Amino acid sequence: MSKSNTKKNSQLIWGLIFGIIFGFLLQKGGVTKYDVIVGQLLLVDQTVLIIMLSAVLTGMIGIHAFKAFGLVKLAPKSGSIGQNVFGGLIFGIGFALLGYCPGTIAGAIGNGYLDALTGGLAGIMIGAGLFAALYPQLRPKILKVGNFGDLTLPRLFKVNDWVVVIPVALLIFLLLLFLR
Amino acid sequence: MDFLAEARWSPYLVGIGIGILSWLTFLISQKPLACSTTFAKSSGMIERALRGKKVADKPYYKEIKLDIDWQFMLVIGIIIGALVSALLSGDFKLQWVPSLWATTFGGAILPRFIGALVGGIFIGFGARWADGCTSGHGISGTMQLAVSSWISAICFFIGGIITAQIIF
Repeated sequence: MSKSNTKKNSQLIWGLIFGIIFGFLLQKGGVTKYDVIVGQLLLVDQTVLIIMLSAVLTGMIGIHAFKAFGLVKLAPKSGSIGQNVFGGLIFGIGFALLGYCPGTIAGAIGNGYLDALTGGLAGIMIGAGLFAALYPQLRPKILKVGNFGDLTLPRLFKVNDWVVVIPVALLIFLLLLFLR
Repeated sequence: MDFLAEARWSPYLVGIGIGILSWLTFLISQKPLACSTTFAKSSGMIERALRGKKVADKPYYKEIKLDIDWQFMLVIGIIIGALVSALLSGDFKLQWVPSLWATTFGGAILPRFIGALVGGIFIGFGARWADGCTSGHGISGTMQLAVSSWISAICFFIGGIITAQIIF
C-alpha cells in the first residue's frame, strides 16, 4: 500500500473513533431524543442550547489558541445571504418537523428510534438528492446572491482574533449562567 | 466506571466534551465536526447504484465527490457511540412515536412516519442549501467565528422556533 493510502486509511479510522465519542456524548446529553430537541424549539427545555454554547465556548478558545501557535489551520465556510439565510430557514422548518438534525439523527438511530431510521433518514437523503438536481439552477440565481466568501468576524471588523474571541466567550458565559 | 451507565450527563459537561473533541479533530485530522455532506453523498451513491455511473457527473456530486471519507466514518461512529451509550445505561428503546409528538398528533405510526419524512426532506434540502447543519455550522463554524455559520445557526433556530410554535 502506498504511503498516502495508509495515511488516508488511518484518517478514516480517526473519523470513526471521533464519531463514536461524539455519538456517545450526544446520547448522554439527551439530544438524540425528539422530545429534547423539539422542547428546545418550544423554549421549554434549554438542553440543546446549553450543549451547543458550552461546546462553542470550549472549542473556540482552544482552536484559536492552537491557531496562534500555528498548530491548526482553520477552515471557515464560505457563504452568502442567499445561501445561509434561505438555507438556514428551510433547515429550521425541517428541524421542528423531524426533531433531529443530520448529526443527532445518526445518534437517534443508535438509540433505537425507528422514525429516525425510516422516514427521517429517507427524507434527508431525498432532500439532498433534490438539491443536487436543482443545484445548477439554484447556484447562479440564489446561492451567490450577497456573497461574502469565507469571511470571519475578526476579518469583518479588521481586528485580531482575540478582540472577538474574548467578548464572544464572555457573552456565551453570561448566556449560560442565564440559562441555568 | 458507574458514570458510563448513567442515562444523562450534565449538558455543560457534554458541551465541554464536544468542544474538546473538536480540538482533537482539528489537531489530528485537520477537520471540523460536521455531518450533513455525508447524507448527500449517501443519496448520490444510492442513486448511482440504481441509475448508473452518469449520476456522479451531476455538478453537485462532482463538487462533493461520491466517496466514503472521514466525515462518512464520523457519522457511522455516531450511530455506534450512541448505541453503546444507550445500551450501557439501559436507555436503548425501539420506538416509533416520540411522546411529545404523541401528545399532539396521537400515537399512530403513519402520521409520525410522514412527519419525519417531510421534515427530513426540508432538513436534507436546507442543509445542502446552507452548506452545513447544526454541527458543521452551529458548533464547528460558529467556534471558528465564520460569518456564514453565525447567520446559518441563527436562521436554523428562527425557522425551527417559528415552525414548532405553529405545529404544536
